[in-house]
Amino acid sequence: MSEHAIAWTVNAHPRRDRVEARTSLADHLRLEVGCTGVHLGCEHGVCGACTVIVDGRAVRSCLMLAVQADGACVTTVEGLAAPDGTLHTVQQAMREAHGVQCGFCTPGVLMTFAALSSDAAKADEQAMIAAMSGHICRCTGYQGIRRAAKALADKAVGSGQGT
Amino acid sequence: MSWRAGPSRRSIALKPAPFDYVRPASVREACGILAEAGGGATVIAGGQTLMPLLNLRMSQPFILVDIAGIEDIQGVSAVPGGLRVGAMTRQADGLTDALLAARLPAMVMALEHVGHHQTRNRGTVGGSIALGEPAAEMPATAVALGATMEIASLRGIRQVAAADFYLGPYMTALEPDELLTGVIYPHWPEGHLILFREVARRPGDFALLGMTGAAVLENGAVARIGLAWFGMGPTPIRMVQAENALLGQALTDIDPDVVARLAVADAAPFNDHHVSAEYRRTVGHRIFRRTLREAFGLKEAA
Ligand code: FES
Ligand code: FES
Repeated sequence: MSEHAIAWTVNAHPRRDRVEARTSLADHLRLEVGCTGVHLGCEHGVCGACTVIVDGRAVRSCLMLAVQADGACVTTVEGLAAPDGTLHTVQQAMREAHGVQCGFCTPGVLMTFAALSSDAAKADEQAMIAAMSGHICRCTGYQGIRRAAKALADKAVGSGQGT
Repeated sequence: MSWRAGPSRRSIALKPAPFDYVRPASVREACGILAEAGGGATVIAGGQTLMPLLNLRMSQPFILVDIAGIEDIQGVSAVPGGLRVGAMTRQADGLTDALLAARLPAMVMALEHVGHHQTRNRGTVGGSIALGEPAAEMPATAVALGATMEIASLRGIRQVAAADFYLGPYMTALEPDELLTGVIYPHWPEGHLILFREVARRPGDFALLGMTGAAVLENGAVARIGLAWFGMGPTPIRMVQAENALLGQALTDIDPDVVARLAVADAAPFNDHHVSAEYRRTVGHRIFRRTLREAFGLKEAA
């Protein structure tokens, strides 16, 4: 059983941690870093609730070890909104499109949208909808989430539709 | 969840059995660790299948060897006779690779069906191939396209044909001291036809069954063909009888129904908690017939 020192960045804050080799990134983020917006639904890669952004890409934090995040730049849902509380575009889009009900799946969905829409070349609706196969939502029936994807692709967020 | 963030960092949730973690910087270093571990080590590439196995303690290595830091096993390169895909190439990177797109669209098509966007961002081509999940797309595609596995150990480098690599579910020709370093796909001429279809409950879930492969037509006849099943037996299964029946045949002489029967005869489907062997045979027949018709532009029998 080995312990490792990792130097990494979480939500723009550089950090140093000691992690046991077998600790998952999701558990470490929730229990040590305090990012409880990282939701754990299935813990085997099926539901998508635990999705975070690692070095620009949406990945399952339950399918990664914390030690593997050494040197990485990690963003969780806590890192999306501006410090003054202004919502990130993807959060605003989900809000306007009523893409949220209980909110369990939402952090994961947001991180996938955020990763895809931050890269201008990939911010198309088809890519976002296809990536939604990696998220399970038991509440919304996905229609609000689809509308949010469309609004993001059309750059129509904050246009006053919805409330 | 029954756990909570406790005052002591020791109280936190840990699911896998304890192991040591190492991140070698070279193939040689990795092979040295594997050799020394005498079977107690497990290689982690993208970890998208391994992590659940560790959590369930179905895999309990003493040492986890993370190969993500080894540079010469990443990326796609042209080699004499074909393309080499480094074992550590992330599936997402394979999907956007210009060489693969231009030279091996049949492989790219299969890659699109591996897991979800989020798991492809970490999952690797070599990881999927080395794991040997019978229902996975990558192993069957390697078999169908006639790929060769490039395997390293302290004893040297050896090559194994994909057709000889799979021995059973999750069982391959890899010895405990060996590392899959790359997969070499032979050249398939430009314009090769793609024969791919899979049946899954939800896009990205494990396929119930599927077929993958490529064909080359010359003068209205089948000049080259490579086909394999996944989810239709304990390993990927090359459709030898169907290939033999198709090779050299003029398109006008092909009866998709007859060939589909031969293709299914090559398979060894099983019952599991998803569907029965009978379902797999029936649906396998149908997807084969339809895929062949569509790829070859054959008319439906009246
Ligand atoms: S908790 Fe990670 S995918 Fe479900
Ligand atoms: S809003 Fe409840 S699971 Fe998606």
